[in-house]
Formats: sequence, structure tokens, C-alpha cells
Amino acid sequence: MGTKATIAILSGKGGTGKTLVSVNLAAVAANATYIDCDTEEPNGHIFIKPTIVNEYVVTEPKPVVNQDLCDGCRKCVDNCAFNALAFIGKNLLVFNEICHSCGLCTYICPKGALHEEQRPLGIVKRGRKNGMTFLSGEMKVGESSAVPIIKALMREQQTDLVIIDSPPGSGCLVTETVGNADFCLLVAEPTIFGAHNLAMVHELVTLMGKPSAVLLNKTQEGENPSEIYAKEHGLKIIGSLPYDEHLALLTSDGLLAAEEDKHYHTYFKELLSAVVQEARHASNSDPQR
Amino acid sequence: MIVAIPAEEKSLDSAICVSFGRAPIYCLYDTEKETSTFIDNKAAEASGGAGIQAAQFLVDQKIDSLITFRLGENASRVLSAANISILKALNLSIADNIENLLEGTLTSLNEVHPGFHYGH
Repeated sequence: MGTKATIAILSGKGGTGKTLVSVNLAAVAANATYIDCDTEEPNGHIFIKPTIVNEYVVTEPKPVVNQDLCDGCRKCVDNCAFNALAFIGKNLLVFNEICHSCGLCTYICPKGALHEEQRPLGIVKRGRKNGMTFLSGEMKVGESSAVPIIKALMREQQTDLVIIDSPPGSGCLVTETVGNADFCLLVAEPTIFGAHNLAMVHELVTLMGKPSAVLLNKTQEGENPSEIYAKEHGLKIIGSLPYDEHLALLTSDGLLAAEEDKHYHTYFKELLSAVVQEARHASNSDPQR
Repeated sequence: MIVAIPAEEKSLDSAICVSFGRAPIYCLYDTEKETSTFIDNKAAEASGGAGIQAAQFLVDQKIDSLITFRLGENASRVLSAANISILKALNLSIADNIENLLEGTLTSLNEVHPGFHYGH
């Protein structure tokens, strides 16, 4: 499959099977790049067991104030789009976790009282496993936004087929991740909560103009609220992955089902082929490409 | 002394708003003049940093105390820098809270919560 495609594996909520699907899709593909963007708790390495060949620190600039130069004009406080600054008494306060590192305050300060300093935010790891390229981002404990780490991961050299294991939810990190994808595979649980979060992430990818389909995970007998949502909202169901204790046990042992079990090898091969076909179809029908 | 109270409505009979930074209105009560003013909170609509902006605004109004149910860590840092005393609100109207303040029965708010600015 020599198609160039970047596929983001998403879910509204955590624990629906994003990593399970991502690592197994990457494992059955020839020469895929697997990117673990779940920077708060990356766990793809547990299944892929790559050899790490390179690792570096991602930093982001934050404003630092020289209180002696600051005359309290408040230009920075009034113009900060994120309310990351306050001026109290005779001191300028900077709130790093609110700051988006835009640099405006240091740029507009008439007294040159602000300058930027690079602060470590997390690390990016690059590794290999057989033909697979492995990339993973990990945020430092206590930091609040990993967007610069996701950007750094996306700048890394990648192969033609990229499988992105997205962060959970539908916030800024997911938006950053989806921005790089040609196609989004949404993984959903058969619960009301699962369907609610599926709806949130489906709305997000639709808003971003990204083609998507859903994989119904852990399906069992009975009503599946995620399936009902998909049918009601014209979201293509690309497949189902029935609940299977054997699969759960393999995964809890940190094993790749596609390598351990013939049935799952075939399953993920077919799923990959269906997903790549969707991605190709989507990029062909996009007049901008 | 001027005390600020996050309010749901522009009335002393109003309930105290459970949110500090995103309260729609602040009641500013002057204990000497016994007058109250109600001001719209511009920070309520901020996409982020509402607590910081609201705290800066109240510091600029030269308040001495704040009565609130809860407070985020960033707003707390701003108010502490300005030496504003922070008192724990009672689940009563604004007027009743002011009464309790004057009688000295309000206790200080000791716990602050982390921000809700997850995942920006």
C-alpha cells in the first residue's frame, strides 16, 4: 500500500481503545510511522517495544519580567489575549500555565522589561521497531499544555503511512492532532457516555472538514448507543470489534494482538486496508489536493 | 472597607454566584458608607484566565475583602499579592453574608482549587 496517508485515531473519551487500534494498525502495516500524541500518559511503547534512537527536550518560551524596568503601564496586562498577566502593587505577575507563548507582551513592552526564556515542557522520543518508525511525546509532570510537543512530533520525519494515536477528548491537543490528519478513525464504546463523547469528537472533526468513520469497539449483544448515534448522524461505521476477553488479556499483558493471534492479524490488516481506502477516497475527492 | 461578592443578580437579596472568575456580576459593598454597587464582570466571557482578569479588576476597585464560595489558584495569587482578605461565603443571600461579615462570623477561605484551564 504505497499510499501517502495520515490517519488519526480518536475518541471522545479515554479508554475506548485508541491505543489498541493504533498500535495494531501500525504493526500490520509495512513501514508505518506510529506517533503517540497522548502526551500526558503515552503508552504505545508498552506494546511496540521500540529501540529508542533519539530523544530531545521540547521547550517553549515564557515571558520573564525585570521588575526594576517595569513602570506599571499595564500595556501587557491589557493586551494579553489570554489574561496571563496581572499588575498588583508594584509588581507584574506572570501566569505561565495560562500563557500561550505568543510573545506579544515582550514585543509591546515600551520599557523592555519583559524578555522570553525557554522552559522545558517535555520530551520527544524517536525509535524503531522492525520497519516501523516510532515517535512519542511526553509532557513534564505539572505542565498544562502539550501543544508544542505535538507540533514537534509532527515536524519529525515520517513515512508515507502515518498512524496518530491521539490524546483523548476534543480539546486543543486533539485539534492540533486532527489538523495534521487526512482521515480520522473514531473509536467508540457501546455506552451512553461513549456515544456522548463520540458525538463531541465527531462534531470537532466535522467542523474541521476532516473525513471520518467510526470503529465500534467492545460490541456486545444489545443496543449500542454509539451505533445509534452513527446511524442518526450519517457517520460511516467502518467496522466493529466485538468484546473479547482473550484480546483484553493480550492487551493487559502489553502484547500486540496482531502479532500474537492470527485472527487479529487478519482483522487489523483488513481494517487498515479499509481505512487507507477511505483516506485515499477522501483525498481524491478533495478538490484542493 | 470595601468588600466584593460575586453575585447572580444586581440585588442584595441575590444569591452569591458559585463561580468567582466567571460570576456575571460583582457586588461591591462599602461598610462605612453602607452603600452597594453592582458591576458587570467583563472577565466572565474570557476564553481563559477569567480568574486573573477578574481579580485584577477587583484589586483596581480597591477592595479590601472578598466573600466567595471558592477561588482558583491564579486568582488567589493575584488577590494575595494585593493583601486582600478572602472569606468563605455562607449559603445565604448577599445581604446576610454582609451581616455575618460585620458580626465577624465569616471564616477565611483556606483552600483554593487548581484552574479549569485543562488542555488549552
